Amino acid sequence: MSEDASTLGGLACPRPSEGGGQIVLAHGGGMRMTQKLLEEVFYPAFGNVALAARHDGAALETAAGRLAFTTDSYVVRPLFFPGGSIGELAVYGTVNDLAMCGARALALSAGFILEEGLSIDTLKRVVAAMSEAAARAGVPIVTGDTKVVERGKGDGVYINTSGIGVVQGAAILPSRIEPGDAILVSGDLGAHGIAILAAREQLGVQTDLKSDAAPLWEPVEALLKAGLDIHCLRDLTRGGLAAAANELASTRGLDIELDEPSIPVRDEVRAACELLGFDPLYMACEGRFCVFLPEAQAEQATSILRACAVSAGAVRAGRVTDEARFGVIIRNRYGSSHVLDLPSGEQLPRIC
Amino acid sequence: MKLVDEYRDSDVVARLAAGIRRTATRPWTLMEICGGQTHSIVKNGLEALLPPGIELVHGPGCPVCVTPAELIDAAVAMAARPEVIFTSYGDMLRVPGARGRAAHGPAALMDARAAGADVRVVYSALDAVQIAAANPGRQVVFFAVGFETTAPGHALAVVQAAALGLDNFSILMAHVLVPPAIDALLGSPECRVQALLAPGHVCTIEGSAEYARLSARWKVPIVVTGFEPVDLMEGILMAVRQLEAGQARLENQYSRAVRAGGNAAARAAVERVFEVTDRPWRGLGMIAGSGLALRPAYRKFDAVARFGAGPEPVQDDGACISGLILQGLKKPRECPAFATLCTPEQPLGAPMVSSEGACAAYYHYGRKV
Amino acid sequence: MCLAVPGRVVEIEGDDPAFLCGRVDFSGVRREVSFAFTPEAQPGDYVLVHAGFALTVVDQEEALLTLEELRRLGEAVDASPEPLDEATAS
Repeated sequence: MSEDASTLGGLACPRPSEGGGQIVLAHGGGMRMTQKLLEEVFYPAFGNVALAARHDGAALETAAGRLAFTTDSYVVRPLFFPGGSIGELAVYGTVNDLAMCGARALALSAGFILEEGLSIDTLKRVVAAMSEAAARAGVPIVTGDTKVVERGKGDGVYINTSGIGVVQGAAILPSRIEPGDAILVSGDLGAHGIAILAAREQLGVQTDLKSDAAPLWEPVEALLKAGLDIHCLRDLTRGGLAAAANELASTRGLDIELDEPSIPVRDEVRAACELLGFDPLYMACEGRFCVFLPEAQAEQATSILRACAVSAGAVRAGRVTDEARFGVIIRNRYGSSHVLDLPSGEQLPRIC
Repeated sequence: MKLVDEYRDSDVVARLAAGIRRTATRPWTLMEICGGQTHSIVKNGLEALLPPGIELVHGPGCPVCVTPAELIDAAVAMAARPEVIFTSYGDMLRVPGARGRAAHGPAALMDARAAGADVRVVYSALDAVQIAAANPGRQVVFFAVGFETTAPGHALAVVQAAALGLDNFSILMAHVLVPPAIDALLGSPECRVQALLAPGHVCTIEGSAEYARLSARWKVPIVVTGFEPVDLMEGILMAVRQLEAGQARLENQYSRAVRAGGNAAARAAVERVFEVTDRPWRGLGMIAGSGLALRPAYRKFDAVARFGAGPEPVQDDGACISGLILQGLKKPRECPAFATLCTPEQPLGAPMVSSEGACAAYYHYGRKV
Repeated sequence: MCLAVPGRVVEIEGDDPAFLCGRVDFSGVRREVSFAFTPEAQPGDYVLVHAGFALTVVDQEEALLTLEELRRLGEAVDASPEPLDEATAS
């Protein structure tokens, strides 16, 4: 007995397996469902020119010059992992968003939501990590706030940091991306995502790999000081290179072509992805960014990036096309290309 | 990665492609049975490297896709119980059952998790046993989905649970066996398949004897094939050579992993714990002798025996033509709902959300660029 | 069923065959793996790991032989197909 539905009269309205009216974890994954939430809930309510640029931070014109302003919230489990903690992420994440606007961070704020029962020693460790990260990034934390929620209502600690900086030079925005632009990636992908997975222990994977969390102003400043015509910068976070490329292709309305063999992935990340069925292109990073600039300056920019420790692995990863048909296309080593789309939410480990 | 990278070598793939082009003098239709092989073929764009006449038709080797909708409904119902920790491979989390859609409740395990159920992804069935041992006050259910490759591990999980004296561990059986499905497929009058690429990892356990019998019964070349681009291209070349020479026998491309006798210890574990049963395949209907059930001695570990079969089965109809897809009678792009009504976020059926499903493979990797 | 990855056996321990387990290294990533079905595996061997189980020991000699053959494929272009190793055919 075959159950094929050769008559399509029974076109049932499919109930989406994506929340149907509730927030689900995938809404925080940085992928398609996050985008949908932004487009359907937040942007319509808060619409303004700065938001419309859809960049990592807002550029504000003031009498003092162009300021960049950004905010980010950090919910990480576990709080401490090889290579860092929620503290480093909270500082570097915001410093990096400012850097992606071409701005040196002037000051950060830090808001804490603490769960009743959190050990003060743990809080001290987090705050110490933030202090060190802020010193390394050269930015003071100048104002803050603390709230406490009942036990069970939070994951230990949630942190929000906002940052303000001065844009040095021309605006750096998705709208400045041009057909023919070269795309550089500052180093290997996915170390943060795999370090976190290993630290969570649920999948039993062990590795010496550390998160790649790092401040990114130094290489950005070097590019700007060299007088290069940087069109756009974007740090790779949740959803990895695939998410960043898709967001930019969509915002700018131009297709992006990536060259898979060029994209660096270190052995441990590749192996962990193979074992669990993940794709390194979607794995989270916390100290990597991509650069869009005229083709003619790509080689010089790559050299400049490689001279900085945090971007020593910089490579040319692709180019911007003059079409708007597919979003992001990736070419593999066999010469075939496929669309690299944005999945709805988190990657799940698989055995099939 | 050693023993992986060598099988992704683009020069070797190019040589094999050239070999296939030199060898094929007329059109041939081949089927790769395993969804993992489909995934690799589509993701790596291997079909584009084949000469125009060689067509690859995708088979039913996706255990996730063929898990009956009512089993998923049962899983969701079990997960909703407050005492249950429901453990599963990640593959199953997004697959919608039938009841959820109809009743506007949680359709997939992922939705049940969002609604508060304790659903945990595990990499191995033994992890589920560990969770049970560590949580004596809770009931741990493990969703045992898979083909012959995964069955030995599930049998071992039951053996370990029994040895540890666990009374809070049970498995929801959703196992299927490959050869009866191939018999059904090759026996169908609409079948156009002239040669098969047999699932390499299933054969590490089962060996090749059963596939040699299938080859003789249906007079088709069958090549036991691996999953990397070099493996698949070599398997295709071996099959095309046989077809051109009018041969129909079993060959083993995946010789570094598959021996004719398979893995006797693994099969013994399966034999000890499970017995063959009839099993419905989602989209294909009942296939006799194609499933596994717990033997009476281990029946106490059966989740359905412990918690019940769940709510009344609901008709799993709608626009999903997964049956035709799984038999290779239609390609995903030929489905009117493909990428329109049916997407990974809003799937009408399983093949669009299974990591091995043909529809998912085409959706993510197969759009013509 | 499909996703099985080769890794190098680091160590194996256990007396009860059902609980025989050990660690496998995948390019610097390690995981505990059951060796219940591959009790013959030795440290240094490569095993194919699926869902936490070693399914089989990889025959590296066989792998090397066939790879060498494949790398030469097409060098002596002739019309007749080369017979491939059928030793493992039933």
